[in-house]
Amino acid sequence: MAGKVITVTSGKGGVGKTTIAANLGAALAAVGKQVVCIDADIGLRNLDIVMGLENRIVYDLVDVVEGRCRLRQAMIRDKRSEGLYLIPAAQTRDKTAVSPSDMIKLCNELRPDFDWIIIDSPAGIERGFRNAIAPADVVLVVTNPEISAVRDADRIIGIIESEEKGPAQLIINRIDQNMVNRGDMITQEDIVELLAVGLLGIIPEDEKVIVSTNQGLPIALDDKNLAGTALRNISKRLLGEEVSLLDLSNKRGFFGKIFAGGRQ
Amino acid sequence: MHPNIKIKGTRDGISIAVEPGDWSEIRNALLEHIDKQIAFLENAQLTLDVGEHALKAAEMGRLRDQLADRTIKLQTIISQSPITERSAQSLGIGIRAAMHIKHSPPPLNTSIGGEGAVLTKRTLRSGHSINFRGHVVVVGDVNPGAEIIADGNILVWGHLRGSVHAGASGNENAIVCALELAPQQLRISDHISEKRPSKIIKKPKAARLEEQEILIETWPQKKSK
Repeated sequence: MAGKVITVTSGKGGVGKTTIAANLGAALAAVGKQVVCIDADIGLRNLDIVMGLENRIVYDLVDVVEGRCRLRQAMIRDKRSEGLYLIPAAQTRDKTAVSPSDMIKLCNELRPDFDWIIIDSPAGIERGFRNAIAPADVVLVVTNPEISAVRDADRIIGIIESEEKGPAQLIINRIDQNMVNRGDMITQEDIVELLAVGLLGIIPEDEKVIVSTNQGLPIALDDKNLAGTALRNISKRLLGEEVSLLDLSNKRGFFGKIFAGGRQ
Repeated sequence: MHPNIKIKGTRDGISIAVEPGDWSEIRNALLEHIDKQIAFLENAQLTLDVGEHALKAAEMGRLRDQLADRTIKLQTIISQSPITERSAQSLGIGIRAAMHIKHSPPPLNTSIGGEGAVLTKRTLRSGHSINFRGHVVVVGDVNPGAEIIADGNILVWGHLRGSVHAGASGNENAIVCALELAPQQLRISDHISEKRPSKIIKKPKAARLEEQEILIETWPQKKSK
């Protein structure tokens, strides 16, 4: 196996990087891939909570880098998915505890044993972000349909291009189709036109996602949920399958149907 | 000390100048030298004068990371190469102009009407900045959060949505034109226009000064007077 390293990043915080990293991990593992998720947000670790593995942490990423444990000892196996592992971030240290070359070395050690190595990047454009993109083969930039998030995504894409880690691929998270229909939210077309990068997926706004992250149960494993389907589709596209983007305009809620009136 | 590396302490931190030559050799010598003097250089903020070396952003980023591994922060780059300057800009590393410029304009530079111009064939994203003493031509978009400051005219063959300042050193005849003109802020000389077009008409537009006001017109301009 020659594992691929995917880094999930955004610039702005709170757009859904961690949720997407956890769900892509679960979705890829569900189709039989060997996957390891790395939480690079040292000092503000979250990926363990979203994956529901918080209470199993013994060693973390910094312990591995500083040689206090072997790599395998820091890898926590997922409760549900066979072949899914987490390397958690340290909570009591900061981003300078790890360097970009440490991350490259770590990923090179993991590549022979895994199909996918998913790195959850911290927000920002400083050291933590540079650690996260240093080993990346594929960079996924997550944005929300908000001007500030799109602006930060643009900045991040510029850095990724100049560090020759590109081309970045875009995920637009939390699209609210009712708001788009009312003209109150920027459309995915506007975002793609501005950022001028490939669109890997769009994920609809769904409050069930928050419930799932609180419970540590990936929504991507829920066949009936639209956001979960969107996440599974992204994982399929990563595997090279051609899956068309979800058509969210048909999935209107009760109010959406009323307000949309005679529109098709 | 390595003959090609000069190191000195300044008010703002440590300053190192490197000589011309093969970059990978220079870089290795630099890192080796730093390793030897690490006690002196620990946690330093470094100003690096790379002279005429043309460093791509990936190369410069690698050096920055290698320095970071040694607790040294690459604070400022001094360079005579526009390629290196652009790399530093895109990585968010400070740039200081070289004291002595002894070379003819770099190849990307050209001239319009006898004045120097710089041509950029790519999209300027948020955080990118071009600061040039002549004209600036961009073939691509200028996204919100990007800025162009030029002593001459600014021409954008694409969407202009960032901030621009033409005639920055006081030229009131400078113009700004773009295929779609919707800047965050537009300045000509010391005049400022924050007016964003209420309805974006997707037609080329040009902005110029007329009677101390910035006037934006669709292109081609109607013959007035």
